[in-house]
Amino acid sequence: MSTRSATDIDPKHSVSVGLIAGISIIFMGLVGLAVGLNERILIDPILSLGYLFLLAVPLGAGYIAANETVLEGMQAPEKGTRDIVAGALAGLAGGAMVGLFLILLDTVDLSEKMPAWGDRLLDMLSFNQGVGGGVVVAALVGTVLGALGGAIHVLKDEPRRVIKIVIISVLSFAILEAIVDDVLGEIGLKPVAKFLYSKSGGLSVLPAILVGIVALGFAIGFKGKGDELKTRYDTMEEAERKQVNKYALIAVVVAAVVLPMLLGKIVNELLANVGLFVLLALGLNIVVGRAGILDIGYVAFFAVGAYGMAVLTTPEAPWRINDTLVHDIFGWLPVLPWLVALPIVVVMTGFVGLLIGTPVIRMRGDYLAIVTLGFGEIIRLLFLSDWLSPTLGGSQGIRNIPGVNVGVTEINGTKPQYVFYLVAVFVAIAIYISHQMETSRIGRAWMAIREDEPVAEAMGINTVTTKLIAFVTGAVLASFSGAIFAAKVGSTFPNSFLLLVSIIILVVVIVGGMGNIPGVILGAVVLIGILGGPKQPGLLAEFSQFKLLIYGALLVFMMLKKPEGLLPNAARTRELHIDEALQDAWLKGDKPSSEDEVATA
Amino acid sequence: MSLLDINNVTITFGGLTAIDDLNFHVDEGEIVSVIGPNGAGKTTFFNLITGLSTPDSGEILLDGESLIGLDPNEITARGVGRTFQNVRLFPQMTILENVMVAQHCRTNQKVLGPIFRTKAYKEEEALIRKNAEEVLGFFGTRLTGYRLNQPAFVLSYANRRRLEIARAMATQPRLLMLDEPVAGMNPMETAELTELIGKLRSEWGFTIVIIEHDMRLVRDVSDRVVVLDHGETIAQGSYEHVSTHPDVIEAYLGRSAGDK
Repeated sequence: MSTRSATDIDPKHSVSVGLIAGISIIFMGLVGLAVGLNERILIDPILSLGYLFLLAVPLGAGYIAANETVLEGMQAPEKGTRDIVAGALAGLAGGAMVGLFLILLDTVDLSEKMPAWGDRLLDMLSFNQGVGGGVVVAALVGTVLGALGGAIHVLKDEPRRVIKIVIISVLSFAILEAIVDDVLGEIGLKPVAKFLYSKSGGLSVLPAILVGIVALGFAIGFKGKGDELKTRYDTMEEAERKQVNKYALIAVVVAAVVLPMLLGKIVNELLANVGLFVLLALGLNIVVGRAGILDIGYVAFFAVGAYGMAVLTTPEAPWRINDTLVHDIFGWLPVLPWLVALPIVVVMTGFVGLLIGTPVIRMRGDYLAIVTLGFGEIIRLLFLSDWLSPTLGGSQGIRNIPGVNVGVTEINGTKPQYVFYLVAVFVAIAIYISHQMETSRIGRAWMAIREDEPVAEAMGINTVTTKLIAFVTGAVLASFSGAIFAAKVGSTFPNSFLLLVSIIILVVVIVGGMGNIPGVILGAVVLIGILGGPKQPGLLAEFSQFKLLIYGALLVFMMLKKPEGLLPNAARTRELHIDEALQDAWLKGDKPSSEDEVATA
Repeated sequence: MSLLDINNVTITFGGLTAIDDLNFHVDEGEIVSVIGPNGAGKTTFFNLITGLSTPDSGEILLDGESLIGLDPNEITARGVGRTFQNVRLFPQMTILENVMVAQHCRTNQKVLGPIFRTKAYKEEEALIRKNAEEVLGFFGTRLTGYRLNQPAFVLSYANRRRLEIARAMATQPRLLMLDEPVAGMNPMETAELTELIGKLRSEWGFTIVIIEHDMRLVRDVSDRVVVLDHGETIAQGSYEHVSTHPDVIEAYLGRSAGDK
């Protein structure tokens, strides 16, 4: 390995990375993200969410600038001072660009065209140093952070892992403030919460450091323990493993029952929303992740579930009041309680799935996606139409939908804790159904179709029926979610079922890990829980305005860097990285059939 | 009695007549090789039988019943299993899954079975698994043991070909159609597979049609050899008969300038 001097860098690469970083920061500033998120304090008083976003950019740029592409089979270049210099240069370039922007911000007034243009942005980007000082500070901060990013690149895997854990722990404590605060308050540890969080929100400095130290201790103390446990679990006897699974299941159930008791209304509401999206994501996962049918009109089934429930359980539903054909035919039908209506709703949605699926399923790829998108919109427009307005309420929707009567109490939107329990039960059912289907004959056929449809057909699989089963199963899971949604919110409007909902569920599935049940759940918890759903706020309510921007950015990032998702399905990962795997195999000199020659010789 | 009958089948792609008024038959328990130069229409011939292409005219009968107009999966269900010239496994599925999924048309549990874990479902799963292991066991230890749960793409080329045959066997066909089963294999592997193809008939009772360029394999396994060129049968009979047939030599090697 040759030693290299600190100046052995590719300045062009560093500067271009730095300039991209600068543009990103300016973009964040101009769309109002920086200032908007500055309200949310993470660590009081040094770090706000807005600054977190801004400062992460040069740090990341430094890391990227320091990174060099290493081909398999080639020697990795030695890491060292050179990386830090490369990072610093990128940071400097970005900082300088922000500096120029500061001057522009001060001399020209574009606030009429861009609402974010103004003194608040200037103050934020210049760290309250005015223009002159700001330019210097921006360049300085950029350089330092860039160098730091480069330095992180130099670190070996182990310290990098520790740093990652520490940072994630501190940020999690800051982001999960509402939950931690509720829990601590409920179990009589209010003083601890007071100590942790400052009055203006966010962790105080001292506790932030303490959390960091504790996390550091855990990270070092439990090094490799996770892998150890996993190997132990993998090598267990069947019976023993079942035992462990049973305990794990009991632990999860207890947590699901106890946790909501400790949480306040707002957080419970959030959990219930997350649960509804977990249900939807699980359903879409079967359709997209398992059978490979790219359905971007999935919201239609959610809508049918919600409307179905509303129509059957609401005493003042429009169709009961207005004199319509539907009234004449079904007027004798009594108002049903939620639990009785559910099977009918499920069958109804399944039928709609069949109806939409039959023509759609014969198409492939992009065409199918476009057509499902169309059907999703058609369903919403039907609900909105004047034609069906006397029956379904048109844009007024259906209001006063009763909650779920479970004997002891009525579950509705005012009791988010019970809604969460209800959702949790259905999530459990959905997980069970997904798992059973995946490992069954039909599940294997889905996978074969996803891999190679013509061959699957030649191997005796009726692809139309099999894909329809996936489509309908997905629709049924969405109807669970819709049915609970109707009872929870107490009203359904066509505008609750925009195309955006389909897209967000799809992003949840992709980011979480397509085809993998835990991945999809994680995706929903992280995205809906933190960022929020299409209309529901997440833990970081400040995001609401920038939600779509962040969803979009996240999707692009994931597609580029980790297309298999956060918690990938093993087969899916292989599928997406097959080219790399093959290339690696080729470079390592794995010639086909060499092993067999040995075997037969 | 003949299992497969093809009468006067023609198919054209645009202006090209790939199969021209072809007549062909396979008797129950026979091993027939189809040979011919590249582009002679051999694979098209397979695709016609398995329903991937539909002939413009003529009839294709399996055990006296027409296969024309049936979907490929229906034809597989009737008892025609095949492999592909350019190995087309489900590469991300495990070796076991590849063979399990091929029993789709012989089994029928759908949604309620797995969800309610009915007895019938469990029994069927156990049977699918048992059949799969039995089929894989046909190739010795090459596809069994730790290999069962590996994805198919990790297999060596020869093993992929074996797995493809195993997958076709798992569809429980009467007529097994192998498209260049030893392409890319070395002589040792070819010899081994030659023996196995014999066993496919004697132990498993399959009737077999093979497309192959390896003449040693053709010589060693075939009861009858059919030579295709330009979509027409130019010769058929025993290997000895065909290999010395002047039209066959011409099709492969061309005519010398002095002849005619």
